[in-house]
Amino acid sequence: MDWKDYIVAAPEIVLLGLICLVLIVDLFTDDEHRVRTFWVSILALIGMLLVLEGTGSATRAVIFSGSYVSDPLSQVLKISAVIFVGIAFLYSRDYLRSNEIHKGEFYLIGLIGLLGMMIMMSANSMLTMYLGLETLALSLYALVAIDRNSVTSAEAAMKYFVLGAIASGCLLYGISWVYGVTGSLQFHEIAAAIRMDPTLNSLPLWFGLAFLIVGIGFKFGAVPFHMWLPDVYQGARTPVTLYIASAPKLAALALFLRILGDGLGGLHETWAGMILVIAVLSLLVGNFVAIAQSNIKRMLGYSTIAHVGFILLALFCGTEQGNAAALFYTLTYIVAAAGAFGMIILLSRRGYDAENLVDFKGLNARSPWFALMMMFLMFSMAGVPPFVGFFAKLNVISAVIDSGYTALAVLMVLASVVGAYYYLRVIWYMYFEEAEDKAVIQAGTDTRLVLSLNSVAVLVLGIVPGWLMALCIQILG
Amino acid sequence: MDFSQHLLSILIWLPIVGGAALIAIGDDNDAMSPRAGLMRIVALLVAVATFLFSVGLYIGFDNATSGMQFIEKQPWVGSLNVFYSLGVDGISAPLILLTTFITPLVVIAGWNTITNRPAQYFAAFLILEGLMVGVFSALDALLFYVFWEAMLIPMFLIIGVWGGKRRVYATLKFFLYTFLGSVLMLVAFIYLYGQTGSFDLFGFMAAPLTLTAQKLIFIAFLLAFAVKVPMWPVHTWLPDAHVEAPTGGSVILAAIMLKMGGYGFVRLSLPIVPDGSEYFANMMIALSLIAVVYIGFVALMQKDMKKLIAYSSIAHMGFVTLGFFILWSVSGNAGAGLGMTGGMVQMISHGLISGAMFLCVGVLYDRMHSREIADYGGVANTMPVFAAFMVLFAMANAGLPGTSGFVGEFMVIIASFKANFWYAFLAATTLILGAAYTLWMVKRVVYGEVANDNVAELTDLNAREFIVLAILAGSVLLVGLWPAPLVDMMNATIDQLIQQVGQSKL
Repeated sequence: MDWKDYIVAAPEIVLLGLICLVLIVDLFTDDEHRVRTFWVSILALIGMLLVLEGTGSATRAVIFSGSYVSDPLSQVLKISAVIFVGIAFLYSRDYLRSNEIHKGEFYLIGLIGLLGMMIMMSANSMLTMYLGLETLALSLYALVAIDRNSVTSAEAAMKYFVLGAIASGCLLYGISWVYGVTGSLQFHEIAAAIRMDPTLNSLPLWFGLAFLIVGIGFKFGAVPFHMWLPDVYQGARTPVTLYIASAPKLAALALFLRILGDGLGGLHETWAGMILVIAVLSLLVGNFVAIAQSNIKRMLGYSTIAHVGFILLALFCGTEQGNAAALFYTLTYIVAAAGAFGMIILLSRRGYDAENLVDFKGLNARSPWFALMMMFLMFSMAGVPPFVGFFAKLNVISAVIDSGYTALAVLMVLASVVGAYYYLRVIWYMYFEEAEDKAVIQAGTDTRLVLSLNSVAVLVLGIVPGWLMALCIQILG
Repeated sequence: MDFSQHLLSILIWLPIVGGAALIAIGDDNDAMSPRAGLMRIVALLVAVATFLFSVGLYIGFDNATSGMQFIEKQPWVGSLNVFYSLGVDGISAPLILLTTFITPLVVIAGWNTITNRPAQYFAAFLILEGLMVGVFSALDALLFYVFWEAMLIPMFLIIGVWGGKRRVYATLKFFLYTFLGSVLMLVAFIYLYGQTGSFDLFGFMAAPLTLTAQKLIFIAFLLAFAVKVPMWPVHTWLPDAHVEAPTGGSVILAAIMLKMGGYGFVRLSLPIVPDGSEYFANMMIALSLIAVVYIGFVALMQKDMKKLIAYSSIAHMGFVTLGFFILWSVSGNAGAGLGMTGGMVQMISHGLISGAMFLCVGVLYDRMHSREIADYGGVANTMPVFAAFMVLFAMANAGLPGTSGFVGEFMVIIASFKANFWYAFLAATTLILGAAYTLWMVKRVVYGEVANDNVAELTDLNAREFIVLAILAGSVLLVGLWPAPLVDMMNATIDQLIQQVGQSKL
């Protein structure tokens, strides 16, 4: 090990330092000036972008005895994660302040969660991955419970914690089996071991694999490991839901690509079948159950499950094209998801969360601009062109057809038609119904500005999707 | 800068940018306010300017060329090999002209009858116009699909926001029906992309395909286009959508959006999967004849004027698909060309006539707020000028010689005579049925004694309504009496298409 290794791992090290700084600043800040913590956190994230920009390289570097990797994939995922955590913070400040839960811990734990995500994105061994995963998971449990006076938040956090602990246990158990069979924890050594000795590709390894997939499926929120997701989305305060719904999806993607791609890619034929089942179930359950929801956070939770189905179907192909499609889908989906939860924050005010579908009634009369923005987001999620969600779906369907599964593609587009219904219902409420709640929108200028940029982004990315697609193909090619 | 190089882009983006500008100007529900006035004038200017640009398309169009003209091609999405590629030929140019011609009329027709959020209303129509021109001029399958689907968004809002009582049901049905139809077309496009390596429509046309693949692709296309046309038995969204839509929405829906289905058959189904089309041709003829005869009877029974015209649209569009798919039953290129040209002329003519009929109903509805035939009677006594227009359009709808309705129907009937006596016999029943349902409606609404006090208080057309109906009446008669310019525009392309379809891909 030499000192150059620390430069490669600088992003995580710097972030840890910045977290300590935020903690100290917050310690000497009273509730009146809590906004200082916010600004320091935002500055920390900007600093992180600079550090990532400075340390990025086009080549793959494996350091710390093979347990840490830095490559273009980790670079893009980390930059995106930093940006989305920043967006979550920008949306949250106003809401947290007006609901009197503006605590420094929100930003602090959010940053620790980011550290966990970044460790996952750069993990090259099972244990590094597990370390990052637990850092992220524990942060998320705490964030869900951040409003300690709220019974629903406490309940959601408890549920999340118990189910999450079981899933982590499964993952760790699976890791131990893979280690037992292949004799290594590092992904490239696991891959090499399987390549050298094909007899390893047998029941004991598959047994471990099944447990790994349980853990991965839980992180994604794929059916049948999705039970936590709607409850947590609904129970957590909206900024926390926004946080959970955006950047951690990138970490889950890294978890999949590193373990099942880098490590167990040789077992593609074995895991593809399992992924296919949970992906198709997610697609169907997510879309059909979302129709029945009246709480929009819960509805978006089920819609997330359906989108996860799409992402997993792209990964199921196991091809470069499929992986690139999954990355593009995840990145663009979280843009739309952040916007949709941002819209709920926008419509909320002191002591009142606009979390029911009926709260969107007549939004066009209250604010034509934000109704238009929400329409962009909903059509993007439904996959209607010219919004970016269409190109995300197109890439995935194209990857699936290229792998020879045309019938599966037909199922996917039919499921999208079912999904279109509940997105259309939001638009129907906004445009075709009279407002029940005629209150003036109180959100601050910063929320309005970020939300407008966020929503216009789904249109702009839909009109010029080429560069992002090319980027995804380049880093996974 | 040479405009003709970018004429199609102008026709697409000018109305879309205009629509965005209207949204930026914003709404003022006080119809007399300066902002509302500015907004209306901008809407009309954009629509008229688009029409004037499209006149340039007509002037610059070369009738002798069978291939694409006004071509534009730019790379769009590099990693998928998608191009922003536009062009028109004798099939799409008339439809683009129809689109740019009808839209200003719709803007004028909605001038001050729309009081709820007029800026959004006009913006939706302008954006819709640009997207429709995009559908007709796209030469890249993915670009075509983007315009095709994006078009649903403004129409969804038009029906849902400004529609009648059951508008939410109608517009959701409209959206989901058409969305369901078109997603399978997307799967077919991606399959063809996998075969050819690009989304270029000419690449698709040149690609060799097995009969099984062709059959499946034909079915995928059929679902998309049959819903749009609409063909029996997937027509049920149309009466609901028409009845609930505001007048302008009904006009655009009937005049242009239904033509998308017919256009899709000619542009995609026939040349890309000729053998698949031939395989299913008899089924298509049967479905078309069912539409003509059965839907004709259904129309006879309607009590609601808009519903009646909606069913009459389905029957008339049956002629279009009949004309296209009779191709293989007719011996000789002349007969096939007649059926195809007849179908195309019928599309243009139906665009003018059905648009005019819906505007007539709109005129009555604005005054009486009823579409029920039973609420009317003796309108001719109080609105003589209106009655004259209504009778003219009704005659045209029934296919009276001298009006545009006659030309297309006559060509298709002649072509089907060459194919099979019974096809022609069944198709010709429309001359009787069409006359029956249209004229019977006119008799009940326009003629007779003044039915009630409300009718007695009706006022005749104002200048704005008169202009719109007069322009449409003029064009219905023009196409009826002198169809040559229209037919000449299509001839070269249709001859070439028939030749192309005749060559098996197997």
